[in-house]
Amino acid sequence: MTDKLKIGEQEITNRFFTGTGKHSNDSIIPQLVHESGIEVVTVALRRVDLTSPEENILHHIPKGCILLPNTSGARNAEEAVRIARLARACGCGDWIKIEVIRDNKYLLPDNYETAKAAEMLVKEGFVVLPYVSPDLMVAKDLENAGVAAVMPLGAPIGTNRGLQTKEMVRILIDEINLPIIVDAGIGRPSEAAEAMEMGAAAVLANTAVATALDPVNMAKAFSMAVDAGRRAYLSGLGPIKTEAEASSPLTGFLS
Amino acid sequence: MSFYHTYERMKDFDFKIYWDGLGDADIQRALSKTTINEMDYLTLLSPRASNYLEKIAQKAHRLTIQHFGRTMQLFTPMYLSNFCSNHCVYCSFSARHNYMRKKLTLEQVDVEAKYIAATGLKHILILTGESPKHSPVSYIEDCVKVLKRHFDSISIEIYPMEMEDYNRLVDAGVDGLTVFQEVYNEETYQPLHPRGPKKNYRFRLDTPERGCRAGMRNVNIGALLGLENWRQEAFFTGLHADYLQDNYLDTEISVSIPRIRPNVGGFTPKYDVQDRHLVQVILALRLFMPRCGITLSTRESPDLRDNLVQLGITKMSAGVSTEVGGHTEDSSGTGQFEISDQRSVPEIKEMLLGKGYQPVCKNWEPLDGAAGW
Ligand code: SF4
Repeated sequence: MTDKLKIGEQEITNRFFTGTGKHSNDSIIPQLVHESGIEVVTVALRRVDLTSPEENILHHIPKGCILLPNTSGARNAEEAVRIARLARACGCGDWIKIEVIRDNKYLLPDNYETAKAAEMLVKEGFVVLPYVSPDLMVAKDLENAGVAAVMPLGAPIGTNRGLQTKEMVRILIDEINLPIIVDAGIGRPSEAAEAMEMGAAAVLANTAVATALDPVNMAKAFSMAVDAGRRAYLSGLGPIKTEAEASSPLTGFLS
Repeated sequence: MSFYHTYERMKDFDFKIYWDGLGDADIQRALSKTTINEMDYLTLLSPRASNYLEKIAQKAHRLTIQHFGRTMQLFTPMYLSNFCSNHCVYCSFSARHNYMRKKLTLEQVDVEAKYIAATGLKHILILTGESPKHSPVSYIEDCVKVLKRHFDSISIEIYPMEMEDYNRLVDAGVDGLTVFQEVYNEETYQPLHPRGPKKNYRFRLDTPERGCRAGMRNVNIGALLGLENWRQEAFFTGLHADYLQDNYLDTEISVSIPRIRPNVGGFTPKYDVQDRHLVQVILALRLFMPRCGITLSTRESPDLRDNLVQLGITKMSAGVSTEVGGHTEDSSGTGQFEISDQRSVPEIKEMLLGKGYQPVCKNWEPLDGAAGW
C-alpha cells in the first residue's frame, strides 16, 4: 500500500511525528528514530546551541529526518516570526511549527497570535504548521492563509490525557482540506490510533515517548499504532450499531 | 493589584488550629486530587502530612517528569558588586560589616563572563548588593551589554526597582528577575531588616509583579527558610507564585527554596529547617503548582542536591562562587554566604547524566536583532 502524506513538497510515509524536548539524554534520539522509522522530528529552536558541538541537539537528529523547528517560547506573533527566521538562518530549513503560548498555567496556544504569525510566515515562503486549539473558524483562516497543515491539540501539552478534543478535531478533519495533525496531550498509542481512525493525517507526541520507561520501544509502539489507525481509516470502519440486529425481523411479514 | 491583599486575607489565619485539626483522611484526600487548591496545599505542608512524604514524593516525581521531562536547567550566579546599604541581619554583605567592598569593571565582567561561558553555561544570573549608588541601572545595563556577547539568557537578582527601570533592563536584554521576599511575615520582616531601603516591606513584596508587568519572561521568587516558621512561609510563597501565575499568564514563574547558610556576622536562624522539611516544601509546592519551576542553589550539600533532583527541582546552579569576581579574581574570602556544593559544571553534568537526567545549558534564544533576518 503506498499511502504517503504530502506536506509542502515532502512525502512522508511514517505518520507518527515526535519531539526532542523531554528526553533524559539527546543521544537516545538516533536510535529512537532509527528503530521506529520516524521521519519528522520537532525541535525547539531555543534549545539549539550552534556554538557547542556536543550540546547541539541538531547533531542528534539523523540526516534523513525532516526537521520541524518550533517557535516554543514565543508569546506573540512577532516573536514567533522572529524565531522562525532565526531557525531558517540557522540552517533548520523552511518548515516551521508555530507555537505561540501566552499562558504558562495550561500552556494553551493563542490562536489569534498564531494566525497572525502564520499569515506572515506563509508570505515569507515557510511551510507553516500551526499548533492551535481546535476551532473551525481559525482553522479556516489558516487554510485561507496558506498553511501546510493544521495541528490541533488533543489535550493540554504534557498531560497525557488523550483525545479530549475529539469532537472538535473531527469537525476540522471533516471541514478543512488540509492534513490535520493531532498534537499534544496524546498519552497512549491507542489514543493515537483512535485519532488516525477518525481521519487525522498524522499524530505528534513527545511527552508520552520521552517520559516512558523505554522511550525507544514506546516510539515504536506509537508508530505501529498510528499505522494501524491509518490502515483502519483507509479500510473504511464498519458502522457502529447500538442494538443487535435480529436475525428474524419483527416487521418482516410486511414485505 | 497587589499580592498584599492575598497576604492580608490569610495573615491572621490560625495555622496551628487548622493543622491540629487535620486527620489522615484529609491528607489522603488532598493527595488524591488532580488539582489542589490553596487549602490542600496548606494541608500538604502540615506536620501530619510529613508522615506521607514518600507518597507525596511519588506523585511529585511523576508530575515533574510529565511536565519537564528528565531534564535539568543549569545556570550560575555572577556577583558584580557587594556594596550594600541594607542591614539584613543574616547576610555577609550587610552594610554593618566592615570589609573591602568590590565592584567589577566592565573589563572584569568580560573576563569573568568568558571564563564562565567556557563551561558551556548559557544562562547567567547577575547579582549585586542593594546599592543604587554603586550599581545604578546604567551600570547594570552596561554589564548586560557585555554579558550578551557570552550568554543567551541573563537574569538579575539586584535591588527592587521601579517598573521603568525594569523596562530599561528588559530592553537591554534581561529576561529573568529573581527577587526573594526573604520573609513573608510582615512583623518578623521588620527587625530582620532594621535599616536601609529594604525596610520597605510592601515595595519589596510588589517587586515581582512590577517585573512581570515590565515583560520579564521569568520571575523567580522565594522565602529564606529559617527566618520564620517555614511551613507558613512556604505557604505564602506558594500563594504568591500562584497569584503571579494567575495574573501574569505569559511570565514563567519559578520558586527558590533557599535555607540560611553560615555568613559573616554569624547570624543563627530562629527556626531549624531540616532536610526533611525542605523536601516537604518542594513536594507540596510541586503538587500545588505542577508547572512551576523550582530552583535549587548550592547552599545545599552535594548529597542532598543529588537526591533532590528527582523530587521536583527543575533548575540548579553549578560551578558557583558567591564572591564578586569569584571565578577569576583573587579570592578575598567574603562571599555572600558559604556555599555547600563546590562542584564544577562538568561534575554536576556528570551527576545528572548518571541519574538519567539531561543537563540543559541553553533554553532560550535571544530575539533582539532577529527581526531583520
Ligand atoms: S541580603 Fe541583599 S540587601 Fe540584604 S544585606 Fe545582603 S546583599 Fe544587602
